[in-house]
Amino acid sequence: MIKDAAISFTLKAYLVALFIFVFAPIVTSVVFSFNSDRFPSIPLGDFTFHWYELVLNDPDMLTAALNSLFVAVVSAVIATAIGFCTAYSDYRYNFRFKGPYLALALLPPTIPLIIMALAMLAWLSKIGLSGSVLSIIIAHSVLCMPFAMAIIRLRLSQMDSSLEAAAWNLGASEWGAMREVVIPFTRPAIISSLCLTAAVSFDEFAVAWFVSGLNKTVPVVILEIVQGNIDPRVNAIGTFVFLTSITLVVIAQIIFMKNQKNGKAS
Amino acid sequence: MTEPLVKFRDVVKRFGNFIAVKRMDLDIYEGEFVAFMGPSGCGKTTTLRLLAGLETPSEGEIRLDGELMNEVKPHERETPLVWQSLALFPFLNARENVEFGLKMRGFDADVRREKATKWLERLGMGEFIERDVSQLSGGQRQRVALARALVTEPKILLLDEPLSALDAHLVIRMQGVLTKLQRELGITFVYVTHSQSEAFAMADRVVIMGEGNIQQVGSPREIYRTPKNRFVAEFVGRNNILSGTVQNVQTDTLVVKTPSGDFSVPNPEDRTFQVSDPISFSVSADLVTISVERSDADNCVECNLISEEFIGSVVTLFLEANDGTELKAQVQEKELEKIDPKLQISYYMSWPTRSAHVLENNPSEE
Repeated sequence: MIKDAAISFTLKAYLVALFIFVFAPIVTSVVFSFNSDRFPSIPLGDFTFHWYELVLNDPDMLTAALNSLFVAVVSAVIATAIGFCTAYSDYRYNFRFKGPYLALALLPPTIPLIIMALAMLAWLSKIGLSGSVLSIIIAHSVLCMPFAMAIIRLRLSQMDSSLEAAAWNLGASEWGAMREVVIPFTRPAIISSLCLTAAVSFDEFAVAWFVSGLNKTVPVVILEIVQGNIDPRVNAIGTFVFLTSITLVVIAQIIFMKNQKNGKAS
Repeated sequence: MTEPLVKFRDVVKRFGNFIAVKRMDLDIYEGEFVAFMGPSGCGKTTTLRLLAGLETPSEGEIRLDGELMNEVKPHERETPLVWQSLALFPFLNARENVEFGLKMRGFDADVRREKATKWLERLGMGEFIERDVSQLSGGQRQRVALARALVTEPKILLLDEPLSALDAHLVIRMQGVLTKLQRELGITFVYVTHSQSEAFAMADRVVIMGEGNIQQVGSPREIYRTPKNRFVAEFVGRNNILSGTVQNVQTDTLVVKTPSGDFSVPNPEDRTFQVSDPISFSVSADLVTISVERSDADNCVECNLISEEFIGSVVTLFLEANDGTELKAQVQEKELEKIDPKLQISYYMSWPTRSAHVLENNPSEE
């Protein structure tokens, strides 16, 4: 009994330590974003919205936010669409070189980001696309696709293999079965993939920094601000970015967990 | 008889080097309840999938209602299938599942709703029309699957081991539901199963398949009493199979010499035997008599009791002749007292000549 209690206590302590470790920097940043002092120091100064006002009134910041949002949404849609096709081709067909095909599809996250970013820059400038918003979208779609594929593939693996054939048997063409059965079945995974890939793109810095040129995204602007001096505006921006990302990830997680439960019940 | 609804002509189905169906010829008529039965891997499910268009024949022709179906896509034929896994759509409720086939055929929403409701009510699912599939029991899902397949009012319904996932008492009940439905609708049911009791209880005709071949087609009674060959005799079970050579040919009977003794069997009309031809015959386990004294019946063989299997009113005795041939006898439990079975004691198994039935060779041995 004592031993059990000891284990339980240790696990709880570990969990608390883990959360402190992960969230302390973020909480600090949020706290200082409301602090009137120029430099982050204890004791805190007065409570203020000053830094938020500065950020919201900065046209560069607004442009960057719109850029980030646009890039995140478009890359999420492209990555999820390609990810769905890849996952479906894996589910439905058997072909030669399927192993290498899947390995290739899952490759991007294993490449060091800096290498990926350099390669992207070299390639995109060669075809005359570097420095445009489109180039960030291309790079982020590549980066996000494997996540989309993994999520959708997991859902497809729970699908009864006769489900699609049952739709054909009841008069659905291949496209009809795709529209009426495969997509509805994978819908939760598609939605969580959209949220997750949007979050990945929204936060991504290294590749965006290399290929963005003048069309900066939020993480790129943050770096530029902190490179010059210590500026509490960064805390305010950070709070925004954190809220956006965590919201997307939480939505993805909730939908995905619900879908896992339904998958088991059916 | 009228033109068959389904015609298989020289149908062969190969998967790479494996031949799932070897040259099948079969006619299925309108309003028939046909059961395909056989061990797993015998080609029965492939046959059903060929009929539904989920597989394309490698050779031969499949005709449905006179029309050549070989290249017709699954969604272009009216051959609804009730799946072994049921394959209900988990994201739709009971009614939406049933409506699916109508939706794909472009029926209006209110027509779909009306028909789906009608079929679900007919199958006793009136209370559960708007239920999610995950909230239904096994038997209820079964009914939704049936309604979904029947809602388009097809001429033929395919069923792939639909009862294999149900509890024993539900199987009996669903058998009743299916037979009644088939009789009321008057449409053709093609039913695939490995269960002899399901096939015999429901089907008008049973097709026994083995190793990709049709081994025998006939009524359940024919298959039970007159198995065509050794494969069927063994698969149907509870048959004593004896092999030997012809020793004496008479008009009505043949005398067969086997390692267990000499026996007389009816001389089959459709085949001619000569002395020293090899021959096999079967005697159903429920047509033999077991006695303690040698009997004066036409055929009698001495044997030892090995074990017994008690399943209620009927007991199966497993015996062994002096040469090691395995024999079986089915005896009414109430008659068992007369024999008082004890292990390792000699008994006599006897049967009249007319109970024996000469077997053909398996097609694969020819």
